[in-house]
Amino acid sequence: MLGRMICLAQPDAAVIGRKAEILAALRRLLAPADVIGDDTLLRAYETDALTAYRQRPLAVVLPHTTEQVAAVLRFALKEGIRIVARGAGTSLSGGAVPVADAIVVGMGRFNRILAIDYADRCVVAQSGVTNLAISQAVAARHFYYAPDPSSQIACTIGGNVAENSGGVHCLKYGLTTHNVLGLEMVTPEGEIVRLGGRHLDAGHYDLLGLMTGSEGLLGIVTEVTVRILPRPQTARAVLIGFGTVAGASDCVADVIAAGIIPAGLEMMDGPAIRAAEEFVHAGYPLSVAALLIVELDGPASEVDELITRVHAIAARHGASSCRASSDETERERFWAGRKAAFPAVGRISPDYLCMDGSIPRRRLAAVLQSIAELSQRHGLRVANVFHAGDGNLHPLILYDANVPGELERAEAFGSDILKLCVDAGGVLTGEHGVGLEKRDLMTYQFGAVDLEVQHRIKRVFDPQLRFNPGKVFPALSRCSEQGREHVHAGTARAHAGLPRF
Amino acid sequence: MSKPTAAARPASESELMQALSEPGGAFELVAGGTKRGIGRPVEAAALDLSALRGIVDYEPRELVLTARPGTPLQEIQTLLASEGQRLGFEPPAEIGQTLGGVLMANRSGSRRLTAGSARDHFIGLRAVNGLGEAFVGGGRVVKNVTGFDLPKVLAGSWGTLAALTEVTVRVVPMAESEATLLFAANGPQAAVELCSLALGSCFDVSAAAFDPARGVALRLEGLASSVQSRIEGLLGSLAHPAQDRLDTETSRSFWHHIGAVTALAHHPVLWRLSVAPTQAPAILASLDTQAFQLDWGGGLIWLGAAAVEAGRIRAALKGGHATLMRAPLEERRRTRVFEPPGPALAALSARLKAAFDPHGRLNPGRMD
Repeated sequence: MLGRMICLAQPDAAVIGRKAEILAALRRLLAPADVIGDDTLLRAYETDALTAYRQRPLAVVLPHTTEQVAAVLRFALKEGIRIVARGAGTSLSGGAVPVADAIVVGMGRFNRILAIDYADRCVVAQSGVTNLAISQAVAARHFYYAPDPSSQIACTIGGNVAENSGGVHCLKYGLTTHNVLGLEMVTPEGEIVRLGGRHLDAGHYDLLGLMTGSEGLLGIVTEVTVRILPRPQTARAVLIGFGTVAGASDCVADVIAAGIIPAGLEMMDGPAIRAAEEFVHAGYPLSVAALLIVELDGPASEVDELITRVHAIAARHGASSCRASSDETERERFWAGRKAAFPAVGRISPDYLCMDGSIPRRRLAAVLQSIAELSQRHGLRVANVFHAGDGNLHPLILYDANVPGELERAEAFGSDILKLCVDAGGVLTGEHGVGLEKRDLMTYQFGAVDLEVQHRIKRVFDPQLRFNPGKVFPALSRCSEQGREHVHAGTARAHAGLPRF
Repeated sequence: MSKPTAAARPASESELMQALSEPGGAFELVAGGTKRGIGRPVEAAALDLSALRGIVDYEPRELVLTARPGTPLQEIQTLLASEGQRLGFEPPAEIGQTLGGVLMANRSGSRRLTAGSARDHFIGLRAVNGLGEAFVGGGRVVKNVTGFDLPKVLAGSWGTLAALTEVTVRVVPMAESEATLLFAANGPQAAVELCSLALGSCFDVSAAAFDPARGVALRLEGLASSVQSRIEGLLGSLAHPAQDRLDTETSRSFWHHIGAVTALAHHPVLWRLSVAPTQAPAILASLDTQAFQLDWGGGLIWLGAAAVEAGRIRAALKGGHATLMRAPLEERRRTRVFEPPGPALAALSARLKAAFDPHGRLNPGRMD
């Protein structure tokens, strides 16, 4: 939410001037009810979960079929109109924020699961199906879809492909890219193509791997084939408290070094623990400086053995408390605090910024120490909640937008944290995407040639740079005063009720 | 295939940049030279990358290793084993191959089915494109969505887009023990059905193959106590008696041979088909062959043959792809070795090639 610093792509006034004509043309391609041009109705599409940015698009279309998507994209190609694809609008990086002269293609009507194939262990779903709906559709046969972003009740599988979404279980089970087998998509030229299928690996260049995580820059995904896994026999979580953050960090490193890959390995620091405990009463120890949640899954005997080993490692690092869940209810309660950590922090501060840097695990303790120092220097509190197992940090910067200057300080603090992650050998974003939010920091991580190589890939698919303009790449956007409106996050947080990891 | 005499052997990334930024002809990229027999023959001077070798960074607790791509795979595997780790994608053994070669070929073994492919474990790179420009992609951290996922693009690109100069891969803990159960199966249909049942169970089967001479093989890995209890659970759920059980050492040797496809080594032609597992029996029936091996629960078909017959092989596929992995040079010259993409994807692929290598200097024609 680096709101004051980032601008949206500059719209083309000539395209906006042709709005009536464009709407009429779209209504010839789709049912009139599936084309939205009314200013009041367009408000529903003006932002995503990065609510500092708001921009009403020219129009929204809600196609029902891949052929309709292709027809809209061919029309947009002919007319030179820009396109922003949208799933559920849960992006935390501004990936679905529109541009004033763009048509938003909303994929909400693509909500059907098309095939469930247990023998080949895959599900074929339209791209607007929610992440959780896939797991639910196969739950009765004890299967599930592994990547579980915290917004999984709302976020769509097409959006997951665009962002290469993670979740708490990706340490063991991988990101979206490791679990997608195939796609149907429409290219910016309006061609319908299929990548992958129910088989493994690409026969030629891996365009499926390129599409995954491409943040809406290369086309619109209409159908996704994902691999499903049998549910582990058992899963148990262990809560381990530490007197120091360094002790917890070292414990994480030693669990991994012992050859144990937990299904989830999460850490919270003192401020986050206290906020979460007050909010959901998960039973967290309040006297500790850091808390680990270690989830182990698999056959019951193996899980028991691994819990014994984790206990021993934790004891070596001076754990002050250690408790393993004894049943499913307790396991879910242990997780409840973690899953509610973002909203819980929202209760102790009028506003917060969520960062998403990723660092080598061995730098965990040092980076957390530096974040604490930055917190002092910027005069703002920070709560740390993160995926410790894979080094993906989510520092939450607490501020009050009503206090003059605090937003700017929070943004500067956030920017310093991400630079710190890059300096530590890490990257700007582990799972939330670059989007608008981190676009202008891309030059900190990448050199000019690195970015040019990526621009050339963008132009392979979208030579006119019409798809999701102003996202990911700094050089593809032009600054203007458009779209700089900042909205007090505490009053207008989209998806405020969603759990966030 | 042996290594050709090299026209250039850069010892550093800057020497490689120089070789490719000077105007000149095309290059065949070579390091170990073990995969020169795959793809259309490249008619160009050899650019030997084997001097770009050595481990750059390996901290076992990070589960990540960074090395220069010309490092022999064997050297990396020995280093990892000394720390109780390994490459999760189980690259099939081939004497002299390099880490870069394995990644550029996206070469994965039996565990690919459950642990992911070479491309899935390839998280970061430095490389030089056909213009002699050095660039980075991905990173050294396992969780990273910053920019396009370039390692995925370069994995399986067979040196046609860029020459790697540094790679970062994920590594995983080595399993404490493993065991393989062998089952009699009356043909591919029964074999794939058995594999699907086992892979759909909660007993964590890490590999599932079918060799007509040995039957269906199911591998379980992990703590010794866990392997034992899962074997009991699996046998109970399959209601199908095992003919034999191979313990750790014999099991490793068995899968080594599956990965190297030694059962089909005497055939002059070898095809590799990736398909939906349940389609494998029908494909084999339509091709009317006994010279095959299945891996990945049926999803990977190896076919041995006397003649190439690309048209007949590809006509049997309904989705998936077929790659000619071994054939005489003359045959490879006139055959589409890699699955030809349809018109729209072919156009995108050609533009992708041009984005990295506009003058066609890197392994020209190899994937055409």
